[in-house]
Amino acid sequence: MIEIKNIVKSFSDKRVLNDISTVFETGKTNLTIGRSGSGKTVLMKSMIGLETVDSGQVLFDGKDMLKMTKKERQLLRETIGMVFQNGALFDSMNVADNVRFPLRMFTNMTKAEMSKRVDFCLDRVNLSNAHDLSTSELSGGMRKRVAIARAIVNNPKYLFCDEPNSGLDPQTSIVIDSLIKEITEEYNITTIVNTHDMNSVMGIGEHIIFIYEGNLWWEGTRHTITQTKNNEFNDFMFNNELTKLLKASVNKKEE
Amino acid sequence: MKIFSDIGRYLILLKNVFQIPENPKLYRKKILFELRVLCLDSLPIIAVISIFVGAAIAIQLAANLSNPIYPRWITGFSAREGIMLEFAPTMINLVLAGKIGSHIASEIGTMRITEQIDALDVMGVNSASYLILPKIIACVAFSPIVIVVSIFLALLGGWVAGVTTGVITSYDYIDGLQLDYTNKSLIISLVKGLVYSFIIASVSAFRGYTVSGGALEVGRASTKAVVESCITLIVANLIITNLLL
Ligand SMILES: Nc1ncnc2c1ncn2[C@@H]1O[C@H](COP(=O)(O)OP(=O)(O)OP(=O)(O)O)[C@@H](O)[C@H]1O
Ligand SMILES: [Mg+2]
Repeated sequence: MIEIKNIVKSFSDKRVLNDISTVFETGKTNLTIGRSGSGKTVLMKSMIGLETVDSGQVLFDGKDMLKMTKKERQLLRETIGMVFQNGALFDSMNVADNVRFPLRMFTNMTKAEMSKRVDFCLDRVNLSNAHDLSTSELSGGMRKRVAIARAIVNNPKYLFCDEPNSGLDPQTSIVIDSLIKEITEEYNITTIVNTHDMNSVMGIGEHIIFIYEGNLWWEGTRHTITQTKNNEFNDFMFNNELTKLLKASVNKKEE
Repeated sequence: MKIFSDIGRYLILLKNVFQIPENPKLYRKKILFELRVLCLDSLPIIAVISIFVGAAIAIQLAANLSNPIYPRWITGFSAREGIMLEFAPTMINLVLAGKIGSHIASEIGTMRITEQIDALDVMGVNSASYLILPKIIACVAFSPIVIVVSIFLALLGGWVAGVTTGVITSYDYIDGLQLDYTNKSLIISLVKGLVYSFIIASVSAFRGYTVSGGALEVGRASTKAVVESCITLIVANLIITNLLL
């Protein structure tokens, strides 16, 4: 479980996160949604210490990450997997070595054990034939999937995904989403996913927070989404061409 | 004021660099890799420059010192001192500051802006140490080889050029090279090499590691790395020369 309390973050005098508090539960896929530029990435990076916050607490199973010593923080991070918005693959290594890296760094596995684990993870993201490709040979979606494989290879307790399916086609998006949900439940991970993909929201959103201009504007599950009266949220969720079209056709039928 | 905060940040970075590695085996592999791409790959340019500049130095000296009032060994002797004390350590390392410095700064800078360094940090890797320490070790360890190769080739170039153009006889040149030879110049040269290579690797790594922005900033950082390495190196040269001579 990760609990954040009163997170405030500014860049020079621009406030990007304004007093955000919530709880991300273990074994659940927690979604952070919001428009581009609303502060999702900054919130995620603040939670793992890549950005320093102005004030607030980030409790990983009760322990405040911001108050940890460098050593403690390093040990905590060995239990974190992160998928960056644009992959952040090591471009000096091929696909298999990227995925293998955390194992080489932090475990005493033999070569054979590592290869087995790497094969398994690449299999799970449908990349079983990509071992020897260099990162420059990958498509955007493949990069994302390699990043996911690398994030889960060392059995993380916490999984952070920054827009894991932006730029992917709808089918692959669904595959990635269900993969994230599956591993979250299977290994009882605390998973946090940033997204503005409506399919993800309806598909895997067990706990959802909606960030609007740096504020936590709405919080709920995919089941309570349709009941909210929050204007900005409804606008964000339902004000698109497809829903307009659907509404229109429903209205027509009713007439 | 900026310079003081930069020096402070540089020292803090160095403190993070010199930490006991999480996994020494990986570091060993990285050092070997850096030795190849940073150091061995620089040998050809070092060789070419040493031979040609050595040749030019010998011809120049012989021409300027052709008056019979000078002893005949003076050309070889002066060439030896100049090459060992200044050319091989200082000039060659200025060239390396351009080649290795820009390489290190742009490589690490690119990793910074594409979030690869963040990815290392999130995994719990000490990214400063993992990325920079192997480079520093490789450069410093290789520097004696650079110095010795450069001295040897420059003196050889001088001999070939002097003898083939007929400005000095082989006997006089070698006589000059051997005159009053002690190891002091070689030691000074090696010390300079160690200091310079440390400066080049660490200053360039600092500039790369602290990039923020995009590709444009990486380019700027790389230029800055070369300029600042060169200036630091020249200042260090003055200090060492004063201390050791
Ligand atoms: N390093 C930075 N310096 C200054 N401002 C920043 C920095 N990083 C982010 N911001 C600002 O913080 C705000 C939130 O950015 P953030 O990247 O979190 O958005 P996001 O919700 O992830 O958007 P997207 O969906 O497009 O990824 C933006 O207004 C952005 O301009
Ligand atoms: Mg983002």
